[in-house]
Amino acid sequence: MQAKKRYLILLSAGASLVLLFYLGGVELPAARSRHDRSRHGYRPDQPWPHFSDPLQPLLAWDHTDTEEYNLHVSPRQKRDVNTSVYKGKRCRMDSCFDFGLCQRNGFKVYVYPQQKGEKISESYQNILSTIEGSRFYTSDPGQACLFVLSLDTLDRDQLSPQYVHNLKTKIQNLPLWNDGRNHLIFNLYSGTWPDYTEDLGFDIGQAMLAKASISTENFRANFDVSIPLFSKEHPRTGGDRGFLKYNSIPPFRKYMLVFKGKRYLTGIGSDTRNALYHVHNAEDVVLLTTCKHGKDWQKHKDARCDKDNAEYDKYDYKEMLHNSTFCLVPRGRRLGSFRFLEALQAACVPVMLSNGWALPFSEIIDWNTAAVIGDERLLLQIPTTVRSIHQDKILSLRQQTQFLWEAYFSSVEKIVLTTLEIIQDRVQEHGSRSSLMWNSHPGGLFTLPQYSAYLGDFPFFYATLGIKPLPKFTAVIHAVSPLVSQSQPILKLLVSVGKSQYCAQIVVLWNCDKPLPAKHRWPATSVPVIVIEGENKVMSSRFLPYDTIVTDAVLSLDEDTVLSTTEVDFAFTVWQSFPERIVGYPARSHFWDSNKERWGYTSKWTNDYSMVLTGAAIYHRYYHHLYTNYLPTSLKSMVDQLANCEDILMNFLVSAVTKLPPIKVTQKKQYKETMMGQVGVSINLKTFPNLLFSSGSSRASRWADPDHFAQRQTCMNKFASWFGAMPLVHSQMRLDPVLFKDQVSILRKKYRDIERL
Amino acid sequence: MYATGKYTSRGPALIPRMKTKHRIYYITLFSVVLLGLIATGMFQFWPHSIESTADWTIEKRSVHDAPLIHLPVSSPIPERGDLSCRMHTCFDVYRCGYNPKNRIKVYIYPLQKFVDELGVPISSTGLSREYNDLLSAISDSDFYTDDVTRACLFIPSIDVLNQNSLRIRETAQAFAMLPRWDKGMNHLLFNMLPGGPPDYNTALDVPRDRALLAGGGFSTWTYRQGYDVSIPVYSPLSADVELPERQPGPRRYFILSSQTAIHREYRGELERLKEENGEALLLLDKCTNLSQGAASARKRCYKGQVYDYPQILQESSFCVVLRGARLGQAALSDVLQAGCVPIILADSYILPFSEVLDWKRASVVIPEEKLSEMYSILKSIPHRQVEEMQRQARWFWEAYFSSMKAIGLTTLQIINDRIYPYAARTYEQWNNPPVVKWASVNSPLFLPLIPPRAPGFTAVVLTYDRVESLFRVITEISKVPSLAKLLVVWNNQNKSPPEGNLKKFKCPECTAIDGLSLDQTHMVERSECINKFASVFGTMPLKVVEHRADPVLYKDDFPEKLKSFPNIGSL
Repeated sequence: MQAKKRYLILLSAGASLVLLFYLGGVELPAARSRHDRSRHGYRPDQPWPHFSDPLQPLLAWDHTDTEEYNLHVSPRQKRDVNTSVYKGKRCRMDSCFDFGLCQRNGFKVYVYPQQKGEKISESYQNILSTIEGSRFYTSDPGQACLFVLSLDTLDRDQLSPQYVHNLKTKIQNLPLWNDGRNHLIFNLYSGTWPDYTEDLGFDIGQAMLAKASISTENFRANFDVSIPLFSKEHPRTGGDRGFLKYNSIPPFRKYMLVFKGKRYLTGIGSDTRNALYHVHNAEDVVLLTTCKHGKDWQKHKDARCDKDNAEYDKYDYKEMLHNSTFCLVPRGRRLGSFRFLEALQAACVPVMLSNGWALPFSEIIDWNTAAVIGDERLLLQIPTTVRSIHQDKILSLRQQTQFLWEAYFSSVEKIVLTTLEIIQDRVQEHGSRSSLMWNSHPGGLFTLPQYSAYLGDFPFFYATLGIKPLPKFTAVIHAVSPLVSQSQPILKLLVSVGKSQYCAQIVVLWNCDKPLPAKHRWPATSVPVIVIEGENKVMSSRFLPYDTIVTDAVLSLDEDTVLSTTEVDFAFTVWQSFPERIVGYPARSHFWDSNKERWGYTSKWTNDYSMVLTGAAIYHRYYHHLYTNYLPTSLKSMVDQLANCEDILMNFLVSAVTKLPPIKVTQKKQYKETMMGQVGVSINLKTFPNLLFSSGSSRASRWADPDHFAQRQTCMNKFASWFGAMPLVHSQMRLDPVLFKDQVSILRKKYRDIERL
Repeated sequence: MYATGKYTSRGPALIPRMKTKHRIYYITLFSVVLLGLIATGMFQFWPHSIESTADWTIEKRSVHDAPLIHLPVSSPIPERGDLSCRMHTCFDVYRCGYNPKNRIKVYIYPLQKFVDELGVPISSTGLSREYNDLLSAISDSDFYTDDVTRACLFIPSIDVLNQNSLRIRETAQAFAMLPRWDKGMNHLLFNMLPGGPPDYNTALDVPRDRALLAGGGFSTWTYRQGYDVSIPVYSPLSADVELPERQPGPRRYFILSSQTAIHREYRGELERLKEENGEALLLLDKCTNLSQGAASARKRCYKGQVYDYPQILQESSFCVVLRGARLGQAALSDVLQAGCVPIILADSYILPFSEVLDWKRASVVIPEEKLSEMYSILKSIPHRQVEEMQRQARWFWEAYFSSMKAIGLTTLQIINDRIYPYAARTYEQWNNPPVVKWASVNSPLFLPLIPPRAPGFTAVVLTYDRVESLFRVITEISKVPSLAKLLVVWNNQNKSPPEGNLKKFKCPECTAIDGLSLDQTHMVERSECINKFASVFGTMPLKVVEHRADPVLYKDDFPEKLKSFPNIGSL
């Protein structure tokens, strides 16, 4: 017994000793060595010590003051030296671009006339016609700030049928070439098998490149523009919308990560795609490659080809694209691939695997908000990485893909205009877009910095900045008929609008051939009334960005509109909640007429609407700027010639920007349809005795004119073709005051006048 | 000792029939083992507290205790620095690896003193106060690791902030001698004053192989986009002068120029602007009557009138930051601190942290050539924008300029964001000052989408035990065509939900009255909730509107059968 216990105790003591040495033994030698080193003051594995001795400051107090050496080199000379030294691969705007050409006439782009016998690819033709149709175009090289060649430079792959020969000589012979200064060269493909260099095969001189698949090494920051690779079929204007129709939460789809594409057995760009099979799991990570491409693929065929090819044929690319959370975009022969835009449109978050690719428009787009930038070297970590991304982030990435696709990529026009706007921002540095304007809805093409560089001046950023629009509006009354009687609706309108607590001022735009009435003939109002005489008396002038409009909100009115103060007040409070949309009273709708295969316009009483007439509507003053400066002259002059459709065009514009319908608010008086017999439901005139547009005025006759209605159909179709798609969106909602027609005392209602007939 | 004593006293009970001699032997053995274990445990689990208290006393001694390293003349010199370096070519990402925290690990070399064969040090100043601050901030941060084998980024303790105090060749040799140098891979150097007379290069002239450079004063020709980091030139006034934050708004002067080493060509142009615009411009220079030194650095003069610097910066809406021999100017930091909007005139200058900061919202960049047009350019900027810029400028200083710590950690965060781009800080996080972060509303569903009816909706019905009203809700809602799924949340733990066919269930104790909302205490409770929630949110997030959504033809005098939603409001 005793012996047993003794042994037991001895054993446990021994075990404890072993434990002691195990724990201490590892630690002690290290500690000892630390002490050894500390004797020399050499302690690599210690945090940075807190030194007690006084250290010298970086700069002596008077250092900057005595930078006298600074004073002998002329800064002007220094600038000149820079501009002469940094050429070629080191070109920058400062050294290879002549800003002087842009100062005289603004940012104008000249396109060389097309020469006979020169073949131009369809894609390049689309690029050129986009420029020619844009507001930047000038046909006079003397006015131009930027020059674009008519020689097709898109495909510089010598093996390609589109390759243009002797480009070097042809370009050198251009009289305006000037060593490429202020020239922009578009390119999608450069180099050829086997090395696919980024050289275009001719001397580009000091020209800027707008190039796809450009590498960060060759990319001249803030000089070149990286554009996406797009196919021949990419639409010129409009373009398909993104595939995301609604957000699903949680945002996971059937597949986590997919890819389907060629595998290059040898040569540049083959490594990454050759390694994809390591990550493929045939379940939620499906990465498929095929060896079947090119003439002699069998010759280079490796052991995996047959198996890969078989797996490849099992899956449908489209199905995968639309049902995957992430899409892999590995480099092809060149850095960019078609997979990128496809994934973007499909709301499949691109996972970039193309080291050194200067991503499309990376100068302005923050790609971390819409894509996962992977590293080819860390391919095996990619599944873990994408799985670690939180679902909130996925939801946000996915929506951003759709925003970017529609804002900058869905058509050749958008790609080209984005390129030009980026360059314009560089040229007009102090009036350029901030990153927020480019990376949030509605995007840079709809956010013109010439209007203001301040985010708070636009209708789009109030929520982001946590601010509100000014709580006032400016009424703009479009007057076309002479002032003959004191009972004319315009005078009543002036009074009732002027009484609104939110009215800052009233602008009367005198677009009538008769001279201005005397000042005393206008009624007395508590707010200032400013009368502007329209210079050319055209319809579009009602949407000019007048300097006198200082409020964020504009209440646009026809001279014969009948509105009460309460109605105006209510509409304005609604607008404050929706400052980027049109808020107004009479609404209209569009529909697709499948018999005639064109858009139809209807004013009948329907359960939905897509337009709100600007004869009585509130919207942000920025839309005046956009209407005047963004829309092409062709559409504006059509409106002016017809003296019609300006309201439709404004609705097209605002819906194209917001992707949302306008907002109809309730109104006191029912609006009578003057287009009787034209469409739909017959309306008993006796039911609607109060007409918004009273009879007798010149405008009413305009509305009664049957041509007027037909013109509006024509306008719709013309506008839709310019926008490339139908931007209007239907709504079934009308906004009423909270207690509107509820069974409570009228005295409890704030906007009670709206209910009273 | 106490523990041992306890065991001793309990000895007989534990080992009852043992001889005293043996007992003492075992007890001693036991005590030794136990003490040893305790000591080891202490050593294991609190090593830092034990060592560090001891170390501070040792380490606090002096920088002069740093070991001396002699550089042989023939010691290798790194290559000049490759302009084509990018993260994917010159940076070894494998060292950073996958990391669940998405945080890079940074190692700092211990301080050494490098001297040439004659014993002359490579730097005239040695470790500067600023570089010491920077390194201690990093070593106190989450980025720091003391394990050189786990590090992703290495920071030499050789101070190259100011190139003027360096011997170029020897400094380069010292870099090459660092044990983990490996062609400069994953090494980060901080430099604020690059170049030297006469041509003032815009990047550090010390040959540095592939090392990343966090440099103040890069030009577009020396900056390797996506590889280098452009940092501010730290102003010592940041630490020495406290300028209270001022509300954005108009200031006494419109434009202020306070730099003292402005080239005479530019000073001439500024003077012409002053002549044209008078009082709106204040054009200061150094005071000639004051002696050199700290006092004179804090004074500026105009025609004999003395102004306090940097306080005077707070009196102007815009402040000129003109390039000197170098592009980066410490004045930028002072100007931002004062909440004055910087007018930056430095062609081809890469603004500090421009990779992440949106300078268009905080500054006005004007080409040097257009200095004479400065006044009209600035006049065209709306007041509200100037105010936003003033606020933004101050915020940039507070967050990214105010200390060497801020500068150092921002630099590391930028590099961190490149290595883990999917976990990078967002534009809003970088650029929105706290006041905007609080006030702004960013919907997680920000894409303007009008979803189709196809997927329909899921109805979630919360119920306690008012089964009758539950049935009424279910019956009504199941008529809706777009209903995809109906989910009933049974919120009564004492009773199980009615089983089987819900429709046949009758509930005798149910009352039809919706009594809750009439109950006074209920309303009081809900008011309390609102107050509690508002205090947790720190603000009242609810907004009041006066409108309500109705169908387009709601209550219009119009045939009911032609309306899409004729039953609304017809209770």
